[in-house]
Amino acid sequence: MGQTIVEKIISCHSGKKVYQNDLVVAEVDAAMASDTTAPLAIQAFKSMGGKRVWDPKRCILIIDHAAPAPNERIANLHLMMREFAREQKCIFFEAGIGICHQLMIEKNIVRPGQIITGADSHSTCYGAVGALGTGVGSTDLAAVFLTGKIWLKVPQTIKIEIQGPIPVGIQSKDLMLNVLRETGIAGATYQSMELCGSAISHLSLAGRTTMANMMIEAGAKTGFVHPDNLDLPYAFTPVLPDPDAVYQREITLDASAMQPMVSKPHSPDNVVPVMELEGRKVDYAFIGTCVNGRLEDLHVAARILKGTRVHPDTRLVIGPASRQVFLDGVNDGTVEILTSAGATFIPPGCGPCVGTHSGVPGNNEVVISAGNRNFKGRMGNPNARIYLASPATVAASAREGRIANPLKYFQS
Amino acid sequence: MNDTTLKGKAHVYGDNIDTDAIIPGKYTKTMELQTFADHVLEDLDPAFKTKVRAGDILVAGDNFGCGSSREQAPLALKVAGVSAVVARYFARIFFRNAVNIGLPALEIREHDIAPDDELEIDLKSGTVKNLTRNVQYLASPMPQTMIEILIEGGLVNYLKRYGDYHL
Repeated sequence: MGQTIVEKIISCHSGKKVYQNDLVVAEVDAAMASDTTAPLAIQAFKSMGGKRVWDPKRCILIIDHAAPAPNERIANLHLMMREFAREQKCIFFEAGIGICHQLMIEKNIVRPGQIITGADSHSTCYGAVGALGTGVGSTDLAAVFLTGKIWLKVPQTIKIEIQGPIPVGIQSKDLMLNVLRETGIAGATYQSMELCGSAISHLSLAGRTTMANMMIEAGAKTGFVHPDNLDLPYAFTPVLPDPDAVYQREITLDASAMQPMVSKPHSPDNVVPVMELEGRKVDYAFIGTCVNGRLEDLHVAARILKGTRVHPDTRLVIGPASRQVFLDGVNDGTVEILTSAGATFIPPGCGPCVGTHSGVPGNNEVVISAGNRNFKGRMGNPNARIYLASPATVAASAREGRIANPLKYFQS
Repeated sequence: MNDTTLKGKAHVYGDNIDTDAIIPGKYTKTMELQTFADHVLEDLDPAFKTKVRAGDILVAGDNFGCGSSREQAPLALKVAGVSAVVARYFARIFFRNAVNIGLPALEIREHDIAPDDELEIDLKSGTVKNLTRNVQYLASPMPQTMIEILIEGGLVNYLKRYGDYHL
């Protein structure tokens, strides 16, 4: 019987051929925690009787959720991470180097065919390179640090095929918001997703990461972008599903008919075409996060804001996904264009998206964000209204001071 | 877990309660577990933290605990005194996290539990008795590994005892 991608990868890591619904203990290739989840994981690891992590080169600690530390309480949690990383000789990324998922891919820690447990729900990101990334909590992560293993139920798979040329100006985020409109917030709960089709095969690694990132917004346990035309800076063997793999559900979408999309408050699957919202006043625009803080996202914003200014009644905050992204943006002039237009750059990190610091909205403010979640209170204030969109739509909205359709800026 | 019977009053909420609603991200960065309980469900129902009593049972609809992987979410409920969570189904990371910290999480596909109903849960058989309405519901069976983790009171104790996973 044919296997899906997730069935193949789990088979390779559990020593037997497995299919959906099988219960396995799988070997893990790497385990990552951030400053939201690592402190509790370190405590759990010690409570389990842990003395040494199973393999320090596969245990990664990253300070990104409140980076640099906004207060003494968090500064002390960061100290706890540094100390643990030093004593265990783990891989450690200091505050300011980047957002965990960006670094895991950018630093080539994640490789195709691997199993990566991340103590962050957006670990589905790793499906962009063909790795099984799955989000876990602190105690599960501690158990991987201790044993190098995780117990898993092999998930069923939903196959989503997106065909056709992507219209000019439509971003990978728009494709993914279309997928979420189709699945809903729980449509892939406990399941794996495979994204494929001619539209997908034209996406860059950044675009694929954007899509894999938001698979969790449909509840997915993990997911993959098919490796057609996948360009990685090293040689690899792509993992493909068998032609007779069994899928739980197959969905086909037509990219050529897609519009820029926006998720309305307070759920990422509350998706409508931007046309339905055009003209609503925007107080605060944000570009960044693990879903849309990469160089191509800054490029698209610069294209829209070049030689102009952010609307005087709106502020624009940009958080690059990593120091490398920022540096690349400095070197090619993107950061200058955006800064001259009135954007404020913050250090690479998760702050505004998780409501810790560096851009919390005020009461009744309307936010348009290139992030991945708009749950009530997500950005630190339950009285703000968060709309999610592509970096193009966010930049256009920042320029116009209102929710705006970015397509007009792509007409030349 | 020695006592496998739990009894408490139901607090009932709806579908798709996300982890930001259970514990906003801004309160997650601390090792003081009481902080989580002090802000549990505050954007959804600010009165919850004052009306919840030790042993009470939180009841929800579909997809409870969707969103973030923060274990602070089930911890907030546990520290606030909640003895078990019942939902039509859970978001998967929340489900694992709850069991890993020893908070029983039962999936009951159909139920008519109303606020303040008195519930009695038998963890061994997976049955939930609604003492107020005199009806009984049966939870979906959990994977065996999860049952064993729950019996030990969580994953920390499970690994302290066994040192490794076994199937």
